[in-house]
Amino acid sequence: MLEIRNLCAGVDGKEILKNLNLTVKPGEVHAVMGPNGSGKSTLASVLAGKPEFEVTSGTVTYNGHDLLELAPEERAQQGIFLAFQYPVEIPGVNSTYFLKAALNECRKAKGQPELDAVEFLAVVKQKIKLLDLDPSLLNRPVNEGFSGGEKKRNEIFQMAVLEPKLAILDETDSGLDIDALKIVAGGVTKLRRPDNSAIVITHYQRLLNYIVPDYVHVLADGQIIKSGGKELAFELEERGYDWVLEGAGVK
Amino acid sequence: MAQVVNTPTRRQYAPASVRDPLHGNSDKLLNCFKQLPAELNPLWLKVLRASALHKFISQGFPTVKDEEWRFTNVAPILELALHTPEQPARKLTEADLKQFSFGDLDTRRIVFVDGHFAPELSNAAGNGVDVMSMRNALNSPWVERHLARHASFEHNAFAALNTALFHDGVFVSVPAHRVLERPIHILHVVTEPQSGAIFQPRNLIVAGDGASAKVIEHYVSLGNGAAEPYLTNAVTELVLGEEALIEHIKFQVESEKAFHVATLQAHQAKGSVWTSHSISTGARLARNTIQTVLGDKGCNCIMNGLYLGRGDQLVDHHTVMDHAKPHCESHEYYHGILSDRSRGVFNGKIFVRKDAQKTNAKQTNRNLLLSDDAVIDTKPQLEIFADDVKCTHGATIGQLDAKSLFYLQARGIPKAMARRMLIYAFASEVIERISLPQIREELDKVLLERFAK
Ligand SMILES: Nc1ncnc2c1ncn2[C@@H]1O[C@H](COP(=O)(O)OP(=O)(O)O)[C@@H](O)[C@H]1O
Ligand SMILES: [Mg+2]
Repeated sequence: MLEIRNLCAGVDGKEILKNLNLTVKPGEVHAVMGPNGSGKSTLASVLAGKPEFEVTSGTVTYNGHDLLELAPEERAQQGIFLAFQYPVEIPGVNSTYFLKAALNECRKAKGQPELDAVEFLAVVKQKIKLLDLDPSLLNRPVNEGFSGGEKKRNEIFQMAVLEPKLAILDETDSGLDIDALKIVAGGVTKLRRPDNSAIVITHYQRLLNYIVPDYVHVLADGQIIKSGGKELAFELEERGYDWVLEGAGVK
Repeated sequence: MAQVVNTPTRRQYAPASVRDPLHGNSDKLLNCFKQLPAELNPLWLKVLRASALHKFISQGFPTVKDEEWRFTNVAPILELALHTPEQPARKLTEADLKQFSFGDLDTRRIVFVDGHFAPELSNAAGNGVDVMSMRNALNSPWVERHLARHASFEHNAFAALNTALFHDGVFVSVPAHRVLERPIHILHVVTEPQSGAIFQPRNLIVAGDGASAKVIEHYVSLGNGAAEPYLTNAVTELVLGEEALIEHIKFQVESEKAFHVATLQAHQAKGSVWTSHSISTGARLARNTIQTVLGDKGCNCIMNGLYLGRGDQLVDHHTVMDHAKPHCESHEYYHGILSDRSRGVFNGKIFVRKDAQKTNAKQTNRNLLLSDDAVIDTKPQLEIFADDVKCTHGATIGQLDAKSLFYLQARGIPKAMARRMLIYAFASEVIERISLPQIREELDKVLLERFAK
């Protein structure tokens, strides 16, 4: 589904990702962990096509196509979804209007008919329950005045509506209390399908109690320095990162 | 009569060729004045007109050396062979006006075609409310009492020119305690003007104590017919009685060949509430002077504005909130969206006079520049002579927010559409303050059409 080969990328001439390799197959969940500043959000941004990030070398293939060729909206239409670490507030753009436009653009790209207002609201009604989100939030401008937790839940709600093939969750768990964490993780788990994949970026092991990964990778200084199964997450929780960093000669 | 005195620091003498108001045609101007028919020139008005003409001839049009006109060069107007058309270039029918209505909004409409009152297209009067052609109202004691008493022409050459030579316009009088359900729609249509045609509507709106009304002042050109440059030079005076409530919407969508200069001067009595919306999308050069005197306790004024510029358009708003008395409140919100090589000017003055304790005045001007060549000159001007007041102001200039744009795209929304959504969001804050949904819808259409690319 996704194949990242020797990816080097940066911003403003600063190299952040250094020869990164990662392969994600359909149905797999990959956890990416690592210290602050190691490049996790950069990886997410590059995959989603954030314009200020520049890929200097390497390739990213998504379902057999060169992902880096595509505009951000094309990537989204092809099924890539980034749940932002810091979702922006967009004053003046109504949440419902926005999400309906987004869904219909994605549907159009797949050759599916657009949904009218009634059909769209039916989808919303069904998905909003998954995230236990207050429906009145959707009458507000996008993320405006949402609490930190509401913003994160709103990201996963959008994901539920758009039904991506590859979801990238960037620290969706940070700032959530344990109840909110369960709701978010529960939402993600219910949306899992055998052919859908996820990259779950997190700082802590606790999210992985609820979203059980197939693989765990440690990202440090722009490279994946260690990979393993879900037990690696527990080990990191217990022993911290230092032993991995030292082992890889990064520290 | 006031003596003509030029304060050299404020209004420098321009070279003779520029100073000459009609470009070597001041005789012609005098002639226009002399030829005003008697019905347009009752004695009380004649005196005012003479004084205004004197003022205008001695000063001429402003130049960029004039502080109030620093960024707005009206020299191109002087290159036109200015003349007042004697009759409309075309006759219009009801069908021609359809495009200038607002959905199903039921209005009292009064129509002017090329500056001439079109009674057959108007349906404004009735029910004890006067909405009439100014020409037919010059004998009204209200008109004598208020006309040219509020919009000073001392420092406003265009108001002087209008006062000296106007032929017609609208007089509205809403009796005390009357609440007008139907908005008044003052429609000025320019059809197929010759180059240099000048239209000078003169409007007076008097709202009695406790009266309430909505007024739309609408300036349009017919289709793309107005291919020649012309000048609209409008003056509107608005007099609010105690506790009167007026919502005024000025909607300027003239041909992008046109010059549009307009002065709107309000005077507010105790407890009155005036909301002014200025929507400016048309004209090659548009200059709006919008001023109010909050003349007694408890007045409230909202000045809300949206200006759009594209191509080589220049759109200028000069506003004045004159807090003359205590316990008044004013809010000003102006948003500008400028593309291509267009230029915006915003100058917001707030006076707080010595008497005006407990004033609360807020002003914001936000600008969205959609191209590298678009320019905005924005300047707040606070002159505060009282000590117990709250005044804030802020201006911003920026591009579309890159983070927001990426967020929308990352959800599958194409870039052009995402841009449009953000532009619309920026404009909608202003549009939402207009109480009439049909007008908001019309503005939505204007925005959609403009930013559809
Ligand atoms: N827009 C940016 N401009 C400059 N430096 C950046 C930018 N974004 C990230 N960085 C830098 O790149 C490094 C990796 O950041 P990031 O990918 O956000 O790390 P993580 O998500 O793992 O905490 C950090 O040193 C950070 O300061
Ligand atoms: Mg991060």
